[in-house]
Amino acid sequence: MHRVTLPPIGTFRAWRDAARSFLAGNVPPEQILWGDHATAPDLFSDDSPMSGGGAVSVPRSFIQMAETVVWHSDPERFALLYAFLWRLRETPHKNLMADRGDRDLARLRRMEKNVRRCQHKMKAFVRFREIGRPGAARRSFAAWFEPTHHTVEPTADFFVRRFGDMDWRILTPDVSAVFEQSKLSFSEGYDKPDLPEDASEALWITYFQNIFNPARLKVQAMQSEMPKKYWKNLPEAAYIPQMIADAPMRARAMAEAAPTLPPARVEQLKAQLASCKSAWNGPSEALPKAIRSCTRCPLHCNATQAVLGEGPAQANLMIVGEQPGEMEDLSGRPFVGPAGQLFDQAAAKAELDRETAYVTNAVKHFKFSVRGKRRIHQRPDVSEIEHCRWWLDAEIATVRPKLILAMGATAARSLTGKETGLHARRGTIETGRAGLPVLITFHPAYLLRLSEPEVRRQAEEQFTQDLALAATFVAPDKAPAPSDRLQAITQEAPSPRAP
Amino acid sequence: MARQTLKQKLEILSDAAKYDASCASSGSTKRHSRDGKGLGSNEGSGICHAYAPDGRCISLLKILMTNFCIYDCSYCINRASSNVPRARFTVDEVVRLTIEFYRRNYIEGLFLSSGVIRSPDATMSDMVQIARKLRHEENFRGYIHLKTIPDAAPELIKEAGLLADRLSINVELPTDQAVQQYAPEKKPEQIRRAMANVRMTKEAGKDKSFTGKRPPRFAPAGQSTQMIIGADGSNDATVLGQSTRLYSSYKLKRVYYSAFSPIPDSSAKLPLIRPPLQREHRLYQADWLLRFYDFQLDEITSVTRDGNLDLEIDPKLAWALAHRAVFPLDVNRASREMLLRVPGFGVRTVNRILASRRHRTLRYEDLLRMGAQMKKARAFITAGGWTPGALTDSADLRARFAPPPEQLALF
Repeated sequence: MHRVTLPPIGTFRAWRDAARSFLAGNVPPEQILWGDHATAPDLFSDDSPMSGGGAVSVPRSFIQMAETVVWHSDPERFALLYAFLWRLRETPHKNLMADRGDRDLARLRRMEKNVRRCQHKMKAFVRFREIGRPGAARRSFAAWFEPTHHTVEPTADFFVRRFGDMDWRILTPDVSAVFEQSKLSFSEGYDKPDLPEDASEALWITYFQNIFNPARLKVQAMQSEMPKKYWKNLPEAAYIPQMIADAPMRARAMAEAAPTLPPARVEQLKAQLASCKSAWNGPSEALPKAIRSCTRCPLHCNATQAVLGEGPAQANLMIVGEQPGEMEDLSGRPFVGPAGQLFDQAAAKAELDRETAYVTNAVKHFKFSVRGKRRIHQRPDVSEIEHCRWWLDAEIATVRPKLILAMGATAARSLTGKETGLHARRGTIETGRAGLPVLITFHPAYLLRLSEPEVRRQAEEQFTQDLALAATFVAPDKAPAPSDRLQAITQEAPSPRAP
Repeated sequence: MARQTLKQKLEILSDAAKYDASCASSGSTKRHSRDGKGLGSNEGSGICHAYAPDGRCISLLKILMTNFCIYDCSYCINRASSNVPRARFTVDEVVRLTIEFYRRNYIEGLFLSSGVIRSPDATMSDMVQIARKLRHEENFRGYIHLKTIPDAAPELIKEAGLLADRLSINVELPTDQAVQQYAPEKKPEQIRRAMANVRMTKEAGKDKSFTGKRPPRFAPAGQSTQMIIGADGSNDATVLGQSTRLYSSYKLKRVYYSAFSPIPDSSAKLPLIRPPLQREHRLYQADWLLRFYDFQLDEITSVTRDGNLDLEIDPKLAWALAHRAVFPLDVNRASREMLLRVPGFGVRTVNRILASRRHRTLRYEDLLRMGAQMKKARAFITAGGWTPGALTDSADLRARFAPPPEQLALF
């Protein structure tokens, strides 16, 4: 029979060394009596630790678990760990450590959880009081704490990481940690010291009492997270019973109190706020603001913002897309997402300068549905397009372009009232509802969706052609009559239903 | 008026801040002060330093910089027309309180919010100044959460994001109409624009420069928001719809639901009945199902009677009771997706089941040891040594979980 007594400080290392040598010496668990400083000496065995050791390979996950479990207050912890280690020798490591249903492992894991919880509560519930002289270069603090398990040693490093610029000591009946001049040391138990009064503690209690909402009382929820065993060392806990007792009365008083009249200054305030609102100077300047606060259709509730058109106010060309996408919705600018980038590439090829055109959308708010954590674009329906046409018409009226480029079915619908037969209509110029020429083409997002490379290449080519056509149409030097151009188009790109 | 002491100000300004539910201090960058040159650390998981009898954790020093406010939102205790006592902290007072509380291990950091005074920009710049002083003069490395003011200038929000761990902007109420009704000065579209701005700035901060250098991280713990439940007539389906849109649109870390609670000196516009606290709890459960259990919104709302979640049983159980055809599941064979739908199985339990069943067949007792709530789960699964028999389809299955019916009071 072997007997090992492990010290209260440095317990894990001592246990690991002992376990390693027993394992190397092939000593089965039932041959060892493990104990700590609190265990009574056993009558039938002597202290006879094994000497020497050897290389023993153990899964990392076991070491991590053992590092925590040794701090449990259960006197059986060392024996349980060794017995499990013994089993690990015989079974394939990985399988046993992964088997959460195993009775022994489940028990060790439960102990591990208890220790972790105790460590967590120690991090939370240690309350320091200042003990240093006022004006000292390094401030110093002390706390009295009574942990359930032997958690001071494994948790001390947390306090080192947190309070590196001050001296502190955590005194407990078990093991105490002292951090002085950036050095951490441990010593064995203390009696409860008399710590000096601390002025900040009164402020803390004030805060605790006032952050509590008496209209919602959930005592059970509080106690499950802050068990009563910790209360005696928490300065604020002494006030809890009174707070609970007063709560129903305070809540009732709140409900019964009649509404009071607003103080006199409110009228003044309201007048001030109203005068801050800027006046509308004219229709064209008021337009952006009006669009931003549009609530004509329900789309505004879900989208981030209305995306306004961009470009010179007197542009010759107006480009109309469908609706803002994910990126446009977030940034508030039209055509900045993937479709916008494709458009820019094609425009560069077609020698169309985007800066000179007024770029906008037929619908100003992003319409989407949520799939998991993503927003998926949804096509606006007819009523949304019609509602938003109000703004598009206002924009057209302000800009008065020479040509409007309608990209995609939604824009075509909004500008011409018809959205079908897009393939046949693309590349042709129609007269829009506003009486202005409208050139119809694909929406760049449609090109992005084409998966067949040949089809996509062809469509992109057509799209670039249309952009080039738009560029030449609005070019100041050679502006041919629309009828001539129409002729030219039908010759260049004949389509079955072209005029 | 006599000058207020720090204690009096703290009384007023912590009382004014208690209706904000958020108190998280987790998920930011890891920091420590082992070098002895600063104060504070931050390590992934947050710590709740105390609990108040209302069941809410106290992790941060949650205060208002001032409760003077030019807005008149009827649900708010600090609205212009309320007669609560007013106070205002100076920048130094907030810094001192934070540091002294932190040194005594009372808190994880600061959650600073404020009423709007003078102008949104002036208020925001005072708040930023507090954060700047804490970070640069006191070398404070703990957690800072700033409540941003939607109309403040983008440069101020940007600086706030670089100093703080988390930014938040409250959407206040589940629908735009409700916001217009109860908070006439607030503009829902402006709040959304501010949230979009935070998301974009955060995402732009992730791009490395061509030398591989990273810009300083912007609001590393992300952004969150809060909705008041029960002040307006929206049902739970509306609330959850709004929050799924917020999660997907602005990549929020959390949407907090706060059951409308009567406030001292409340406005006559508000309903007098308060919603059951249980409703808030059910909404959080549904929120978790949406985010971590692969539930879709319509799956949760389709099993409700009027768009409101069942207060008696949790939403996952409600779904399972309405879809008994897919149960019982064999825990030794069922897919991860399906195991996550079993009431009583959490994500952790499911992971343990998946890891263990590679090596052997799982029995009923194994599931108990893995932390499953078998009282709930057993009607919906089969395992070694266990089959629910007729239990899955029994008519009184719901009654086993719901609280017992109560006799109505006569008086």
